[in-house]
Amino acid sequence: MEEALYASEKQVKRRQRIRLASVYALIILFAIFIIIPFYWMVITAFKTMPQVETAPPILWLNPADWQWINFSLALEQAPFLRYTLNTVVVAVIATTGTVITTILTAFAFARLNFKGRDALFMVFIATMMIPGEIFVITNYITVSRFGWVTLDQTYFDAVLAMTMPFMTSIFFIFFLRQAFKTIPDELYYAAKVDGKTDWQYLWQIMVPVAIPTITTITILNAMNTWNAYIWPRLVSMDEEFQLVSNGLRDAFDDQAGRIMYNEQMAAAIIVTVPLIIAFLLLKKYIMRGVSRSGIKG
Amino acid sequence: MLEDQSNVKAWFYLLPALILLGIFIFYPIVNAVFLVFVDNYNYQTGTYDGFTLLDNFRYVLSDNNFRMAMLNTMLITFVSVPLSVIIALLISVWLNAIKRMQGFFQTVFFLPYVTNAIAIGMAFAFMFNRRYGLINWFIGLFGIEPVNWVGMGASWGNAMIALIIYITWLTLAFKILVFLSGLQGIDKQYYEAARVDSASKSRVFLKITVPLLSPMIMYITVTSFIGAFKTYTEVIGMFGERLGPPGNDRAMITVVALVYRALDRSGVPGALSEAAAASLILFAITLVFTFINMQVSKKRVHY
Repeated sequence: MEEALYASEKQVKRRQRIRLASVYALIILFAIFIIIPFYWMVITAFKTMPQVETAPPILWLNPADWQWINFSLALEQAPFLRYTLNTVVVAVIATTGTVITTILTAFAFARLNFKGRDALFMVFIATMMIPGEIFVITNYITVSRFGWVTLDQTYFDAVLAMTMPFMTSIFFIFFLRQAFKTIPDELYYAAKVDGKTDWQYLWQIMVPVAIPTITTITILNAMNTWNAYIWPRLVSMDEEFQLVSNGLRDAFDDQAGRIMYNEQMAAAIIVTVPLIIAFLLLKKYIMRGVSRSGIKG
Repeated sequence: MLEDQSNVKAWFYLLPALILLGIFIFYPIVNAVFLVFVDNYNYQTGTYDGFTLLDNFRYVLSDNNFRMAMLNTMLITFVSVPLSVIIALLISVWLNAIKRMQGFFQTVFFLPYVTNAIAIGMAFAFMFNRRYGLINWFIGLFGIEPVNWVGMGASWGNAMIALIIYITWLTLAFKILVFLSGLQGIDKQYYEAARVDSASKSRVFLKITVPLLSPMIMYITVTSFIGAFKTYTEVIGMFGERLGPPGNDRAMITVVALVYRALDRSGVPGALSEAAAASLILFAITLVFTFINMQVSKKRVHY
């Protein structure tokens, strides 16, 4: 009797172990599905053209045979360094602007009492539901009227056209307001007793406390600029003024004959690697921000 | 007196954002409605030939590309969203069941979120290459003949399958992250009770996990529907500005692509009104989903 019970317990243990093993197997299977496109990108970037055009495909390359030259050839296909510089300029300006306007507005909504606050906040929330395509049309007209998109566009014009519509974000205002609201009122009253003004309270107490959220906003905003494709393409009149995604797509559009897939993938890596490095370094902020926000693209 | 002062102060804090939002968000909404009701609008001069009620909508609806765009967008939405929600749900349940390496796998599954849709779309296009691609080699192992997925003259159906696989891959990351954080929030007591009752794993999944996660599943599904309706960059990534395989241009055109195609012809009188009409149609569709979303969020007592 006791022996039977013991055996069944052992059986249960064994079944649990099998179950856990199969869960790991399934996870690994799907993880491979996620990894493969990255692996394919990397291995293709290191091949010679004859190796690229081999069937069945070569799945493993000896590191000694890696064609690092593909990366310099890719850089010759398009001025990627210039595009990267443009992207950094646009990202820094747009992100700085967004962070400042977001902090000020979120503070007003979270801390100050003013007439029409709740009504205005409702208008903000309602606006979040409208697809961006509706704004793009008129914004295109607006930046043209401002003289930023003309045939003799200067670099300064192009930067203005690419940054000004993105100097604030209703979504991030909402996001930061939530973080500001968790700061206890007692801190505010204590600061008032100490003779601090609202302005001092905001920058000396609220902003330092909300730094994790502000960091998340900064990263997500910079990532959006790095991945921006549509708007920069629309408003940059000179190829030199474009951002990395545009350069990547245009340099390797397959209209004309044979595509150098190895160079194409090398360029794709050049665009992807900074994102992956930023992600691995700032994982905590990105994942927390994204899981709370529910934004996509 | 004191109240007045604090009102003025608040508007000072709001001013920078309000000016920007006024110019780049609020005014464009009003202007889109204006644009859609005028004929032959010329944006350089600001002139137009009187008002019209339906002409611009009629242009968009009679455009040969419109039906294709609608069909593609619907198909992408109603296939990729359920597919990715189900896969994401399974992966997050599995991830939640393990301890060792959980963080590592979580990072791996999140990677697609932090990639550039253009760059990785190009990698997918080459994976689906007819002669040298990974996919045809793989299905060849099972004796399946090479398929022309995205190459010269590839059929609409093949290109669509490739595109949907790419979009599903791309959108899994966000869903897994949200589901996993939802699962980690479920009270362990429920599972303890189930274990005492020695309920089977699949029963636990269907009777405990899914119901408790259902507000989150609904929320994700609806927001993903809205996101999928705006598919465009993914098509560019895989097929370029041609929006389809070579020789089958615009086969993968979407509703958002219609807006930008009209914008590309901005110099032609009336083009921007067409863009406005297309964007308002898009808005009407997303509004339906937003409405469902609001009904769902009411049950999620956050805020």
